[in-house]
Amino acid sequence: MEGGRLDRLSVDSVLNDLDEYAVEEALRIAEAHGGNGAGAPHSVTVISMGPERTVDVARKALSMGADSAIIITDDALAGSDALGTSKVLAALIAKGDFDLVICGTESTDARMSVIPAMIAMRLGWAQLTFAGSVTVDPVAKSAVIARMTESGVEKMSASFPAVISVVEKINEPRYPSFKGIMAAKKKLMEVQTLASTGIDANLVGTAGSKSTVIDAVPRPPRAAGIKVVDEGNAGTELVNFLVEKKLI
Amino acid sequence: MSEIFVLAEIAGEKVAKTTFELATLGAHAGSVTAILLAPAGRGAEFAAHLNAGPIERVIVVESDEFARYGVPASAYAISQLLTSQKPSALLIASSAFGKEVAGCVAVLTDSGIITDAVDVAADLTATQIIFGGSMTVHSRVSSGISIITIRPNAITPDLKASTPEITNESIEIPPTAKLAEVLSLEPPITGGRPELTEAQIVVSGGRGTSGDFSPVEAFADVLGAAVGASRAATDAGWYPHSHQVGQTGKTVSPQLYVACGISGAIQHRAGMQTSKTIVVINKDPEAPIFELADFGVVGDLFAVLPQATEGVRARKS
Repeated sequence: MEGGRLDRLSVDSVLNDLDEYAVEEALRIAEAHGGNGAGAPHSVTVISMGPERTVDVARKALSMGADSAIIITDDALAGSDALGTSKVLAALIAKGDFDLVICGTESTDARMSVIPAMIAMRLGWAQLTFAGSVTVDPVAKSAVIARMTESGVEKMSASFPAVISVVEKINEPRYPSFKGIMAAKKKLMEVQTLASTGIDANLVGTAGSKSTVIDAVPRPPRAAGIKVVDEGNAGTELVNFLVEKKLI
Repeated sequence: MSEIFVLAEIAGEKVAKTTFELATLGAHAGSVTAILLAPAGRGAEFAAHLNAGPIERVIVVESDEFARYGVPASAYAISQLLTSQKPSALLIASSAFGKEVAGCVAVLTDSGIITDAVDVAADLTATQIIFGGSMTVHSRVSSGISIITIRPNAITPDLKASTPEITNESIEIPPTAKLAEVLSLEPPITGGRPELTEAQIVVSGGRGTSGDFSPVEAFADVLGAAVGASRAATDAGWYPHSHQVGQTGKTVSPQLYVACGISGAIQHRAGMQTSKTIVVINKDPEAPIFELADFGVVGDLFAVLPQATEGVRARKS
């Protein structure tokens, strides 16, 4: 990763737990190979898209130890779907000189879990997603991950550049130190607008969304069920209930 | 009549049962074609499994590169088929793999995507249940092919016998889809139990097990169920994290969910409250999980579960 940069990106408007895992993993990769920061061989850049409070999100990542931040905030981005979000983030990443982009993954059921793969597809980069562990070889410019999904554990490898997404519990994110918080105030935070990416505003946000919500209604609460106190026979009563419901 | 494509996934040595759920939903909106991406030389063998449900046509693409290069290889092949055959919709199961494939196909075909739907209507309106089961959302893809991922167990599949027409296609996977390589695969350790998110029945244990999951596992096994766990149980190291049900774990929506010794924190409820029937066993009559119970037992799981396990076994023998 000589002259290269490690990067991490947030796809959410708050630095949630999973984004912290991504920041932590980026810092650990840099630290394992000579470190990041002034005079060190690597740098860690935070990239985030969202409303104006995204500044606070990026600041927290900087206080954990990232070197600089690029954030994009623009009213035209509000309401972006996964296609729009991945388009903007891919455009920001393409403008930099990064070897690895590390993202959080929400649980396998969350909407945002598709965005890292979509970014990789847009960039034409390798995708190493749902990583439960990451090993980077800066000399060979390659990474190996353990991909953890319902299909089991797959060992996958790819050369740089690659998009990596990490699962919860890959590491224990550090707390920003007092020194880190003070240092973060002096770090570079570049704020971009949509115009600087060259993307047409009609292709992102609500205007560019390729799906439309027709309605959203609260679901009725579940009807009250049967409640029994076990007096030595509740296991049998339970079996009778399952039989009655044709569940066994 | 619209053409609806569904992705038939191979799980182990069989076609995943979610394929028939996709086909059943697809038939609401049109004539169903299943795409089968099979290892080289094994297309016909797996296609023979697609002889049930409203599948009218099977397109088989054989290549060992699907297993070797993961999501992008499958996404490219599917996108090629969509571009040449122009169906109205593509339905894929909501697994980690399925959602990533759907996302990449959406990018490649410049189409809209809706994830984690539980129903699809004749006009391709998708129903999603969000915010931990508190809201129902209807939405529609407004541009390109409707790419919709469907949660396992959302519906009971139509399994009537069928004889679909089988065609073979040959597709070249481009180098840009071969950038990451699978070096090895360890299948999940399930102890012979069904996969958690696909299981018809899930029996879960929490703090109330005090770390002893044996009565939970015994009841699961007699029911042919998967075993789940609350975050309290997985954080305590009593059960693997891969079995955690909840906001930061897996979302399950089985026909029957049995919560044993689980208090029912929001975090857990978000992962299971769309289950069709919910049974609760808890010593604490005030446990919030009772609010969700169709059948609740205030009692000790170490007494209730063994009795219920015996009861089910006696009925089956």
